[in-house]
Amino acid sequence: MREGRTVGSWLAANGKVTFGLSIVFFFIVVALVGPLLIRQSPTAFSADVLQPPSAAHWLGTTQTGQDVFAQVIVGTRVSLLLGFGAGLLATIVSVIVGLTAGYFGGLVDDVLSLLINVFLVIPAIPLAIIMAAYLPFRGPLPMAIIVTITGWAWGARVLRAQTLSMRKRDFVEAARASGESRLRIVFVEILPNEIAIVAAGLVGTVIYAILAQVGLEFLGLGDVTTISWGTIFYWAQNNEALLLGAWWWFLAPGCCVALLGAGLAFINFGIDELANPRLREERKLKQPAQAKKEAA
Amino acid sequence: MSTKITTSTTEEPILEAVHLKKDFPLRKVKLFGAAEAVHAVEDVTLVLRSGHATALVGESGSGKTTVARLLARLYAPTSGTIRYREEVIKARGERALQGYRRHVQIVFQDPFSSLNPMHTVRHHLSRPLRIYGHAHTASEEMQLITSLLERVNLTPAEQFIPKFPHQLSGGQRQRIAIARALAARPSVLLADEPVSMLDVSIRLDILNLLTRLKEEEQLALLYITHDLASARYFAEETLVMYAGQMVEGGPSEEVIQQAKHPYTQLLLSSAPDPDRFGSSGLQGNHKVAPWIPAKQVVSGNGSGDVPSLIKPPGGCRFHPRCPYAMPVCQQQFPPRRELGRGHWVHCFLYGGAHKTDAKPSTDVTDLQGQGGLEQSRSLNSRESIQ
Amino acid sequence: MITEIRTGTLLEVKHISVDYGSSKGIVHAVNDVSFAIEQGQIFGLAGESGSGKSTLVYAIARLLQPPAVITQGQVLYYPTTRAGSESSQAGEAVDVLALNPAQLRAFRWRELSIVFQSAMNALNPVLAIGTQIIDVLRAHDPCMTRNEARSRALELLQLVGITPDRLHSYPHELSGGMRQRAIIAIALALNSKLIIMDEPTTALDVVVQRDILAQILRLRNDLGFSVIFITHDLSLLLEIADTIAIMYAGRIVEMGTREELLRAPRHPYTYGLLHSFPKLHGPSRSLRGIPGSPPDLRSIPSGCAFHPRCSFTLPACHTVVPALLPVASEKSKAPSLEALSSGHGPCVACHLYTTELNPGGPPERLESEYVN
Repeated sequence: MREGRTVGSWLAANGKVTFGLSIVFFFIVVALVGPLLIRQSPTAFSADVLQPPSAAHWLGTTQTGQDVFAQVIVGTRVSLLLGFGAGLLATIVSVIVGLTAGYFGGLVDDVLSLLINVFLVIPAIPLAIIMAAYLPFRGPLPMAIIVTITGWAWGARVLRAQTLSMRKRDFVEAARASGESRLRIVFVEILPNEIAIVAAGLVGTVIYAILAQVGLEFLGLGDVTTISWGTIFYWAQNNEALLLGAWWWFLAPGCCVALLGAGLAFINFGIDELANPRLREERKLKQPAQAKKEAA
Repeated sequence: MSTKITTSTTEEPILEAVHLKKDFPLRKVKLFGAAEAVHAVEDVTLVLRSGHATALVGESGSGKTTVARLLARLYAPTSGTIRYREEVIKARGERALQGYRRHVQIVFQDPFSSLNPMHTVRHHLSRPLRIYGHAHTASEEMQLITSLLERVNLTPAEQFIPKFPHQLSGGQRQRIAIARALAARPSVLLADEPVSMLDVSIRLDILNLLTRLKEEEQLALLYITHDLASARYFAEETLVMYAGQMVEGGPSEEVIQQAKHPYTQLLLSSAPDPDRFGSSGLQGNHKVAPWIPAKQVVSGNGSGDVPSLIKPPGGCRFHPRCPYAMPVCQQQFPPRRELGRGHWVHCFLYGGAHKTDAKPSTDVTDLQGQGGLEQSRSLNSRESIQ
Repeated sequence: MITEIRTGTLLEVKHISVDYGSSKGIVHAVNDVSFAIEQGQIFGLAGESGSGKSTLVYAIARLLQPPAVITQGQVLYYPTTRAGSESSQAGEAVDVLALNPAQLRAFRWRELSIVFQSAMNALNPVLAIGTQIIDVLRAHDPCMTRNEARSRALELLQLVGITPDRLHSYPHELSGGMRQRAIIAIALALNSKLIIMDEPTTALDVVVQRDILAQILRLRNDLGFSVIFITHDLSLLLEIADTIAIMYAGRIVEMGTREELLRAPRHPYTYGLLHSFPKLHGPSRSLRGIPGSPPDLRSIPSGCAFHPRCSFTLPACHTVVPALLPVASEKSKAPSLEALSSGHGPCVACHLYTTELNPGGPPERLESEYVN
């Protein structure tokens, strides 16, 4: 049973979650205050072309003499904002669709389930590529919309199944009997009980959103004039950084993506353990089974 | 006791259920034949009155919980009508039913699952207060919550308001569930086995609390139970259900001391009752279990179970287990037979004036006449000897 | 018949205590409990949730898992001569808590069976019940041929009132009552002398419950095994148990025969329990029940654990834990010699019955407190 405050204290005590949270927290700090601290403009050209890492340029420079360190720091803000924004948006969609389908059942469920299944079987990345290529304008917002459209279905499906099993629980029936509106039953009574699943879904979608966004931008389907981890890759690839041996150009953003993904994944493992008691390390006293009285 | 009976008949009915029926369709694709359904409740008629408790007694599978949920309109009946203060409830849909729910509230059997683990006591009690407009400001709400908690004997109230369900014991949770039902200020309270999940020493507390509410606040109570003794203790009227059918009913004392239907008699003889045996107990006669009808001992192949409700036996659903079953019992459900003083039974054994076109009419009339009553009287005396 | 069976003590439990270690300190689930069971006896153990009744029998069967530890006490088992078997060590006591794993396994096979509360859900859903009984029989006695096992399984099923054609039925085809019977058949399969039943009928309806209780009684009378019957429902025990022990907060507060408990309950808690269930007959009276709720084992009240709910408290009840002592029977004032020696006379753990603490003697009618 997931119970009020114990969830927070348990998460805090879980090593994986702490580790994951500190990584994510580090990137958030970088995104917030990083751009204020760097001296060089990430877009400013200089004469130091394709310099390896040095005291002046910690992560080296690009072919046009831009500072990679400054680009990575500034790019963190865009990438994180986009990742979390799109992840949040996709999660909201999946919560609304999943809970509605699960609670209302019948025709509503049939229609929404069909929609979920359609989005599940459509390969997400090719769809995203096509959409990104044909959208009339480019930038972070269309990118967020694309990632949301392709990323909500899995969470919705899991939540639908969970809601389906929860809608006949006594406390839901009791809320109905007290005259609660359906909307409140779904979002005030049922949703808090699925918060672990929603959280896991959110973290998972954020990972997907960051990877998808980096991938799309790498392909040049984003707005290549903004600076983000994905566009750094794009320019590095465009200028044949690999052939030129300029490993520093793509190594740093690559590490950032990998590290952030790992941090989020660790948080997810922790939430998983919380939601699934079988994965939980022994923490509760085993109590002798007590009288289970006659069922009606 | 007798005064209660007379008032119960004069009192205006608050909630009436007439010929309620509920089938739960099974979601199975069948190539041939009609879709199957669980026939959970078949033709239930009952009346609840202010300040009176009606007990609905039956085993698991009798449909008693379904009746409670039908009356709470958590399920829509397949057919039949529910009348609240003479007004037929036709509404479907949550919003339309809100007016009805304001007056008819339900308490569930299991207090461990009927409260939302993620919400505090305050949330549980404040919602009905807000929904029905009893409280408009936070201070009003606090005041009403405190008085609700005091009414269900949870004191000091302030201590309970911020608690989560897992911080409360079973008895305390059930009190919260009762307080939540009371918050709407209903005139009918449906209690679905409110004490069966609780510790023995706490059960009486809850029953006494419900009795007080019934008497002081003139609530009409439906008390669902499998325990005839508590029905007798708590309710003025007792109805007995078997496999979705009502088999017997009337004033509790009548039904329990003068049980007429073979099923009621079986239930009575099965209930643990140290007094009946004096000090000899069940151990006294161990050779043959005395309280089991002979037929059951002989067959012993699960005839002691409630039949499948997907394909229930025809006629009186008790006939496969009934030691007095007659051919007519398989063909039709016995009509309601008044036995005087509000006591009635659905059983052909007591059908003296029953006009039936059933095939073995001679046999039936014979049994229905003196024979039937004789037989049942001997049945009663045999029970009482044991 | 019954007197013939009851020739000696089968199991003796001496001063056993069980603690649970938890992050919030140690929980004393069972505290210094002693009792004895005679051959062929049905020993009833009644108590509410958290009274320690299940923990106690799990300790006896050595089924407790690590956070629970037996901190003191002894469980002595006196094997009996088995008709037609090679019993060499008859009469010699077995110290159950000292058995090594191999001996324990043998002991559990031969002498002890357990019917758990949710046992009817413990049947393997993909095997027919007959197969499951045959498996138990053959695992126990590898020499048994398949045909012998089959006929024995049929015999067992008939014994518990299941018709032979059910041998090939799967658990899902049987009702709850039938499954519970099948479990009892498996418990009987090994001819155990002691069967522990932990709430065997609580999930069943009254009619089926009565059926199964009757079956248990009949089998006990025919086969002569002993039963430890655990339940929260005292009214059940009053009908089937020979001796009843009432547990409260990890201790036995009263013990006596069924008649004694029914006719002359002594502990205020027993009294309260007896007046907690309404009666089917007699005048309808309003009952008051026991005030308060069962204690949390993590913070058991000092002295007599029942004192916060008791209306007869003496000063000593707040500080001194009352010992379980034999009490005088109704007629004679002094405890009878027989009761003292056998340990089976009525015993109660209550200061009201200690002359030094309560010179006035116990109140005449405890009843007035519980019935209006």
